[in-house]
Amino acid sequence: MDTSNFLDVTAIKEDFPIFNRRIRADQKLIYLDSGATSQKPNSVLDTERNFYQNHNAAAHRGAHQLAEEATEHYEAARAVVANFINAELDEVVFTKNATEAINLLAYSFSNAKPGSNFQIKAGDRIVVSEMEHHANLIPWQQLANQTGAELVWFPVTPAGRLDLSNITNLINARTKIVAITHQSNVLGTINPIAEMVKATKAVGALFILDACQSVPHFAVDVKELEVDFLAFSGHKTLGPTGVGVLWGRAELLNKMEPFLTGGSMIENVTMQSATFAKAPQRFEAGVPNMAQAIGMAAGLNYLSKIGLPKIHTHELALTKYALEQMNGIAGLNIIGPNNVEDRGGVISFTLDGIHPHDVGQALDQYGIAVRTGHHCAWPLMRALNVVATTRASFYLYNDISDVDALVAGILKAQLFFNPPKKSA
Amino acid sequence: MNLESLYQEVILDHYKNPLNKALHQNPTVQVHHVNTSCGDEVTLNIHLKDDLVTDISWDGVGCSISIASTSVMSDLLIGKHAEEAIEILNSFVEIMQSKGAKPGDEEILGDGVAFSGVSRFPARIKCALLGWMAFKDALSQGLTR
Repeated sequence: MDTSNFLDVTAIKEDFPIFNRRIRADQKLIYLDSGATSQKPNSVLDTERNFYQNHNAAAHRGAHQLAEEATEHYEAARAVVANFINAELDEVVFTKNATEAINLLAYSFSNAKPGSNFQIKAGDRIVVSEMEHHANLIPWQQLANQTGAELVWFPVTPAGRLDLSNITNLINARTKIVAITHQSNVLGTINPIAEMVKATKAVGALFILDACQSVPHFAVDVKELEVDFLAFSGHKTLGPTGVGVLWGRAELLNKMEPFLTGGSMIENVTMQSATFAKAPQRFEAGVPNMAQAIGMAAGLNYLSKIGLPKIHTHELALTKYALEQMNGIAGLNIIGPNNVEDRGGVISFTLDGIHPHDVGQALDQYGIAVRTGHHCAWPLMRALNVVATTRASFYLYNDISDVDALVAGILKAQLFFNPPKKSA
Repeated sequence: MNLESLYQEVILDHYKNPLNKALHQNPTVQVHHVNTSCGDEVTLNIHLKDDLVTDISWDGVGCSISIASTSVMSDLLIGKHAEEAIEILNSFVEIMQSKGAKPGDEEILGDGVAFSGVSRFPARIKCALLGWMAFKDALSQGLTR
């Protein structure tokens, strides 16, 4: 095998202390669930600790040295995020997570003043896809319900790709919002964003990209993508939980109604009224999640140091190897694209006669962590006619030996649940 | 704990050949329960004559634990009076909440004791309880009619 596409995983693993622990009766941890959340390198853990230990104070408030330092660190984290996705500094809003970032948009639109460009009315159209994570589906369902707008979607083909054949019908003059995932958290499919953005722009609608599964794994450039908004979470990019990012064009953010209101997000306040700060402060009410944002920046710096193109190449090489191995297992069905074209390092599969929950339980007994269930994409499960899947997802700390362990685990699970019939 | 002690033979047998898994017509109550974490579903029909559970039938999709547990439940509770059925249900719930500490009384639970190992796996307790909770719901609806 050509190993030139692989990262030095042995060296990388040394930076992630969780790989020192043992799992289920003293076995090595084989972590194949980074699609749910990534593990954290020492630099992230140290950065968070260092903030609390040496610089902790409320950012953007107070005249003392610690408050100054906290503000500096927090704003430096914003700059790291902006740089990571090639955005302008004042276009990066820290949220609690990606789910909150998307809800921020939906709630802000639902608060839009009559006549505003953001107002969604009966007869307007919101376009999503059948492969959305619930986080990029339910906020739009709710907005459609509240406003009387129509929710329509791109269907998914049996091969796990978006069916764009009806694109000019779906994205039409009535369309106000198109909200699509960059990469499916279930199938690994990377969607043809450029074509959808072009159609969205042609009708003057807003394009919102759910980048939770893309930003951690390959280079994402908001200027190149020409989207209007983008959301991703910190904890999938080696960072802490409790922090996510909403990126939006400044000219849009500054015209939008606030989502959460309170301290920090105001310009001027009287007993009866308030005016609001410009973005990003406009959308960051209250003392912010400073330690998390700073920790997230440390995670992004770690990824940048290795290099996103290298990480993507590594994950694709692992995925190619895994697909080859898994296609050799009788009774195993790949759910999603069965090749590495326009795809990331996520593989969903089912095994004939064994429920995904039981597969996951068996793999766990061998120290292998995978995700099982509907992956917060219940409509996609229905469209593909499966109840649930088992999902293995790769990251920069996984290697060929992890794939081999997965394959061996699957074979053992098959033997356990479907033993060969004994001849009489 | 190894795979064999979690998935005892009894569980795998019920999974492969579940009892009462085909809905009978004209139930006193029909309920539909879902395990929201994994998408497993059960539809359960009960037939009551006063407080006597004359029939339980069900259909659904699920993992081996949830299918087998629903099978065992239906087998145990058909022909029981409401009070007795709830007592059996409560002893099953008790072993499920015991984190592996309670083996369960075979006199009361029959094949249900095979699930004692499941209680060591917090993520699977809901699977084992899916059919039982559907029954509890159906019974309480049936008794208040």
